[in-house]
This record gives sequence, structure tokens and C-alpha cells, in this order.
Amino acid sequence: MLRKSSRKPLALLAAATSLALVATACAESTREGGDGADSSEPFVFAAAGSISTLDPFLTSDGETYRYSRQVFETLLRHESGGSEIVGGLAEDWEQSEDGTEWTFHLRENVQFHDGDALNAEAVCANFDRWHNLTGGYQSSNNSYYWQSVFGGFAENEDEDIPDSRYVSCEAQDELTPVITITEYSSIFPGGFSLAAFGLMSPSTLEAIADQEITGEEGNYTLPEYSQVAGTVAGTGPFTVEEWDQDQDEVTLQRFEDYWGEPAGFETMLLRAIPDETARRQALEAGDIHGYDLVAPADVEPLEAAGFQVPTRDVFNVLYMAYQQEANEALADLEVRQALAHAVDRQRIVDTILPAGGEVATQFHPDTLDGWSPDVQTYDYDPDLAEEMLADAGQEDLTLEFCYPSDVTRPYMPAPRDIFDVISADLEAVGVTVEPVTYEWADYIPRTNSGECPLYLLGWTGDYNDAYNFIGTWFSGYNSEFGFRDEDLFEAMAEASGNPDDAERVAAYQELNNQIMDILPGLPISSSPPSIAFAENVNPPAVSPLTQENFSEASWK
Amino acid sequence: MLRFIVRRVLQLIPTLVGLSILLFVWLQRLPGGPEYALLPDDATDEQRASLRRSLGLDEPLTVQYLSFLRRIAQGDLGTSIASGRPVLEEFLTRFPATFELAVSAMVIAVAVGLPLGYLAARRRGTVLDFAAVGGSLVGICTPVFFLAFILKVVFAERLGLFPSAFRLSPGLDRTNLSGFAVLDGLRTGEWDVVADALAHLVLPGLALASIPLAVIVRMTRASVLEVLEEDYVRTADAKGLHRNTVRTRHVMRNAMLPVVTAIGLLTGSLFAGAVLTESVFAFPGIGSFIYSATQERDYPVLTGFILIIATVYVFINLLVDISYSLLDPRVRAQ
Repeated sequence: MLRKSSRKPLALLAAATSLALVATACAESTREGGDGADSSEPFVFAAAGSISTLDPFLTSDGETYRYSRQVFETLLRHESGGSEIVGGLAEDWEQSEDGTEWTFHLRENVQFHDGDALNAEAVCANFDRWHNLTGGYQSSNNSYYWQSVFGGFAENEDEDIPDSRYVSCEAQDELTPVITITEYSSIFPGGFSLAAFGLMSPSTLEAIADQEITGEEGNYTLPEYSQVAGTVAGTGPFTVEEWDQDQDEVTLQRFEDYWGEPAGFETMLLRAIPDETARRQALEAGDIHGYDLVAPADVEPLEAAGFQVPTRDVFNVLYMAYQQEANEALADLEVRQALAHAVDRQRIVDTILPAGGEVATQFHPDTLDGWSPDVQTYDYDPDLAEEMLADAGQEDLTLEFCYPSDVTRPYMPAPRDIFDVISADLEAVGVTVEPVTYEWADYIPRTNSGECPLYLLGWTGDYNDAYNFIGTWFSGYNSEFGFRDEDLFEAMAEASGNPDDAERVAAYQELNNQIMDILPGLPISSSPPSIAFAENVNPPAVSPLTQENFSEASWK
Repeated sequence: MLRFIVRRVLQLIPTLVGLSILLFVWLQRLPGGPEYALLPDDATDEQRASLRRSLGLDEPLTVQYLSFLRRIAQGDLGTSIASGRPVLEEFLTRFPATFELAVSAMVIAVAVGLPLGYLAARRRGTVLDFAAVGGSLVGICTPVFFLAFILKVVFAERLGLFPSAFRLSPGLDRTNLSGFAVLDGLRTGEWDVVADALAHLVLPGLALASIPLAVIVRMTRASVLEVLEEDYVRTADAKGLHRNTVRTRHVMRNAMLPVVTAIGLLTGSLFAGAVLTESVFAFPGIGSFIYSATQERDYPVLTGFILIIATVYVFINLLVDISYSLLDPRVRAQ
């Protein structure tokens, strides 16, 4: 009797196990389909985050741009696999001598996904729409790049919004739009390549003309066209078929009438996997066919297992900033130089960064025009560092040193490890380091406001101009560094406003020399972020600006 | 019974008001703000200030709170700062995933935990008992992320038996009626969807079930051991009742009282546990969304989601109390 009844729980367990195995078998057969010899099989790519809107204008979020670059195209773009600005929807372009008039010569026979033709009027309709936006669209969260590149709107509704730099867009002829701005800035022509300015079809613009960002201050709701696929149409190699917010999945479909080479995949799915390890495991388990932001430590094991892990060219820089107001010792150039000599940057590159990483000699990578071969360098020399600290009367220097606790960045793959190396080097020359760590959301405001005397931070460029790096930090007083140097600030403004390319590049080189002489921080390294693909994928050319064009990829 | 239910629901109001005040104060104390999470690192101070103003975050805390209460009274939980979508919509979009995950975890925990706990008690001191007690100790002690990692390496990567991520296979064609993948699949007869959804639930379900399973095993064992010593069990055995009758009506029914309470509380806690499990398995539920919202300092999402979860938690406890009264006539009589 006992034996008979005791089988019941076991029987239940066996039934449950059987059910799970049946489910597994069925699901397994579905997953096997992803091996992908057939071009109709969907290519699944995992990003670190979800997209936030179908309209790239409304965001400054990189994950949204990864999707939007496949669907919408810009007048100019970066060359495939590189950082040079080349023609996008405009085959060619020219600027007036003073840099305020930009004439674009559009490609012929380009169609939007909904059948509209690309012409000068369509281009101007987009720019005029952006310029005339009102209400919630003017929140810096919803028009960040417009405000950064073109300033404000036709009618600014907030006193903090800068004056508009955009004047007009005129159709000189069918395929020649002319965009006029108030004054030249080195943000052009790079600004025309930003994904936020992907062009939509005239029919789309008509359909969304009445769709506002609704709600009151602090409670804005994005318009429906930006949340449900079906309205927006670009000219890119893929159309957006569906955005399943339940599954965090965006479905892109090959656009058969694309003006260029048609996409290699018929269907591409973008999924979000925020956790770095989970992304790697999903690739290893065959659930996805590619993912971005591979941890440096995962590169070799993945390659050994047969996966492809192409490395991008560097387009970023990591630095250790000296905040001169947070600790008065740092206002002394000799101390800043001593600390620079104390840090073995090559060791960081060799032991922490992925292959292809390099020591940075200045505040932007050598892939950018304006990089100077003549900057003052600070080789690793702990004895010299110790001596210089003694000369400066700082043998017993104590410094707080901040690093972020919860993130990795393309330029900073392992903040804690990098901190450990630098910290040990500084301790070795007699500096007492007090470690301070914050979560990223807290780290940025604290470092921005100048709380940390020493801290790690960096930058990945948006477009190919040195100002996008050095102008970000050194165009005026900046509480992140806490110093004033009017000569430097004036020279920076002058360089940025010079529309002559050759002169501007020469000025940037001189500025880099000047910056490394005054040493507001120590550039540490440039790090190449990696991206991983399954063995059966022909990957796209990888971009130093993380702007891969997935239409170049296909199944092997 | 009705009066009891109404009273418990009314008690919810001061609980939620108190919780909302605490949340508001706590969120404001959190360092950083959405203007740092949402705008790129090179945004100017003016752009950040403008964003704070457009989000209404420059208002005094009391004004923000009263505005929040006014919206709540109108049934509006606000809008996510990060996505620009209504918080309630965000919750309802993700709730079915977490509900299915929590239910599957609880089904695993109860289906395995109850019989195992019972058998361990009946065979006290045997290998089975030691294995159950030791195993449950390991279950309680093992961090969920570690267990999830091991499960994925063994069953997804090495054996390829289960998917390692997501809730449904990418690109799976399905009819979405309610957001509940398994239920929708059953209703529409899309068996491949049912199978796919169940397969995706196995590993996260097991990881999430580890702690409740361990607790249920230990509680069932302890409770059954206690009841087995009772006079009425000995009496029932002595008067020749069928052994199954003694077990179900006398032993299990009485032993279940504390276990049912624990199951209720554990079910509520599964929503909190889902944060980690969903992140590790890229399972698009409310847990992973809360995790992202915390990173982005998305105050409306955090406040709204936590208030809804608190409400669900209170209702689960209410259900526990009701089931308690069904199991124990003495409670019903009170």
C-alpha cells in the first residue's frame, strides 16, 4: 500500500518532466532553423539595450540608432568601415566659402519605402519640420542632436534653448537642396551624418504632421507613429515591419527597391540583452547570431570556439582627469606631470584592453585629422615621478580617485581593473590613493560638478572632427577639469569656426600640443570595441563609430 | 467573508499612500538623475537643466508629490521618462511575462517541494531525508545569478536542451491576444508557440524556483513531522482508516496551513526575485524593466511599478488568508 501511494508524487514529477521534454523537443526544432544556410532565415542580433522610438530624431540613444541606420539614411554618412565623411543620399556636396551654405547633390532614382521619390523638396520638408517643432518636441530629451547641431527652433519655448543656427532649406532644382545656417561651426559637415537626421518620406511627414508629443510638463507621451510600426518610411536597405514591445524585438525586412546593393538578409531581428554574459551565452547557445560590446576577456575564448570577433578601429579615448579645484596640489603642473610619469599605461593596454588597444598620447585617437605627432609625451618613469613630486613638495600627497562601479564603456572595458593598475602605480611613487566609487548614474554628475580630484572617463566620437573630442572638454571653463586658460579657449573657438579644412586641421594639431603641455588630464588609451558573429555569418564591415550597415552582412 | 475582504482592500489605501511617500523621498535621495542617464555625456549644463524643467523635476518635492497624487486619483500612473510611454501600458506589456515566469517557478517549487518535503518527513533519517534537507540548504544558499549561469552553461550551451535567453524564439509567428504566450497559444491552438514558451520558461523558472523550492521542502518536512506526532493521527491510524485518508485528510491538510502561508509570501517575493532572473535570461518582464529604470532613474516607472507590485502583493496575501480559512474551519468560524 505504501509503495503504491508513494509513486504518486514520482508519477507527477515524471509527467512534468515528460511535458518539459516534449516542449523542449518542439522548441529545439524551431531553434535549429536558425543555422541559416537559407537567406530567408532571420538574422538575430542582440544589442545591450532596447530601442526607445522608431523616429531617431526623438532620441540620443545609440541602441535606437543601430536600428534606425538600417531604415533611414542621411545626406552624408561615414565610409563603410571607416570614419571619413562620404556621400550618403547626397552623392556629392559643397559648402560656400564662409561655410554657411551647404549644397547637396542627391542621388537619382532613390525611393522611400512607401514609393515616394527622394528629391530636394523631400529633404527640405524634413529639415523644415525639425526646425518648426513645438511643445514637447523641444525638450532636450526629444531633440537633443537638433539642438546640439542646429541650435534652437523657429520659435523657442524655453529660455535655455539656444538660438537657431538653421536658416532655411531651398530646392535649387529637383535634386539639389541648399541648406543655409547662420554661422560655420566645425560640427559641419559631420552634423549632416548624424543618425538623428535620417530622412522620412513626404507621405510619412504628412501622416505625422498632427501627431504631437502629448501631456503636460514632466509627463510627456511620445506620438503613436514613433511607437507602432507602419507609418514611418525611410530609404534604407531595410523596412521596419514590427516593433514587438512585449518581446523587445524589432523586425526589419529587406527593401527590394533599395537604390544600392540589396541587403544580404531577408529578415533581421534586433533583440535586447542588457547583460554582457547573457549576450555571450545566447550566441554560444545558438539563440542569436551576433552581438555587440564583447567583453575583452571573452574575445579569445569566442574566437577559439569558432566565432568571429572582428575588432573595430579605435575611435575613442579614455583619460584620467585632474580636477585642479578639487585638490590644490593638482593646480601645480609639475605634480600633474609627475603623476603622468608614474602611470604605466602600456601595462593597461597589454593586460586589460582587447588586442588593438593603444596608449593615447593626446585627447583623441590618431584616426582623426588634427592628431599631432609633436605633442609632449609622458613616458612611464616612476623614479622621475618620485623626484618631481619631491621637487614640488608633495612627497606625502593624498588624492581621492573615483571610478564607476557598475558599467563598462567601449573606451573603458574594466573600470575597476584599470583603477587598480593606476592606483598601484601611484602608490608606488608615494601617493596615497583614496578610492571612491559611484554608480554610473551618480558618477557622471559628481565628476561633471568637479567633486573628484582624479577620475576615469572617456568619450566615443559622434563624427569625424577633432572638435567633437577636444572641443567637448576644452572650449571654455569646464568644472570637470576646473581650470581656466583663456588662450586655449580662444584658440579652440577660432579653430572650430574656421571653414577651411586644412587650416582647421593645422589649428587642431597646435591645440593638441598646447593641451598636452598644460596637461589637464592624462590620456590613457584608445580601446577598440569588439562585435561578435556566429561562424555562418559574413559580417558587415565594422565601423570605428559603431555604425555598422547590416545590409552588408549575409549568411555564408 | 465579504466584510473581511472589503476591510483588507480598504487597508490597502493607507499602505499605498505611505509607500508612495517613502518612495518619493527615497527616489529624490537617489544620487544622479534622469538628465544624466538620458542625455549623452557631453550634454551641456543648460541642456540638462532644460530637461529637468521639462520633466517637472525642478518643482519642490511636495508639488511633485501632489501632482503625482492628482494623477493617481485620475487613474494615471504617469509616463516613463525613458520611453515616453504610459507607465501602466509599460506594466501591462511586461506583466504577462513575469506572471508566467512566477507561476512556472511556483509550479516547479510546489510540484517538487511538497512531495519531497513529505517524503523526507515520512522517511526521516534516511538518505532521501538527508538529500532533501541538504539540497534545500544548498538551494537557499546558492545565489540566483550563479545558479542561472550554471543552468545556462549545462542545459543551453553544452546540451542545447533549452534556450538561454528570451521569452519566445526570435521571429516566432504568433497571435498575441492577451500577452500571455502560453494561454494565447492554447486558445488559438498554436502548439508550437506553447511549446516554445514553455521551453523558454524552464531554465529561468528553475533558477527562480530554487529558493521557494528549498523553503517549501523544509517547511513541509517540519510541518509534516509535527503533525505526524499528533494524537489525532495516531488515533486515525489506530481506528483503521485507510492510510491515504490519514495522509490527505489528517496529515497533509493540517500540515499545509503554514506551508500555504509560506507559498503566498514566496509568490509575492518572486516578483522581486524576478529582477535578477529576468536580467540574466534577457526575459522581457517587469523585473528586467525595473532594473533598467533604476539605471536610468526613471522615477515614474519605479514609483508606478512598485505601487502596482505592492498592490498585487497585498492581494496575494488576501488570497492566502482566504485559502487559509478554507483549509482551517477554525479560521472560517472567526
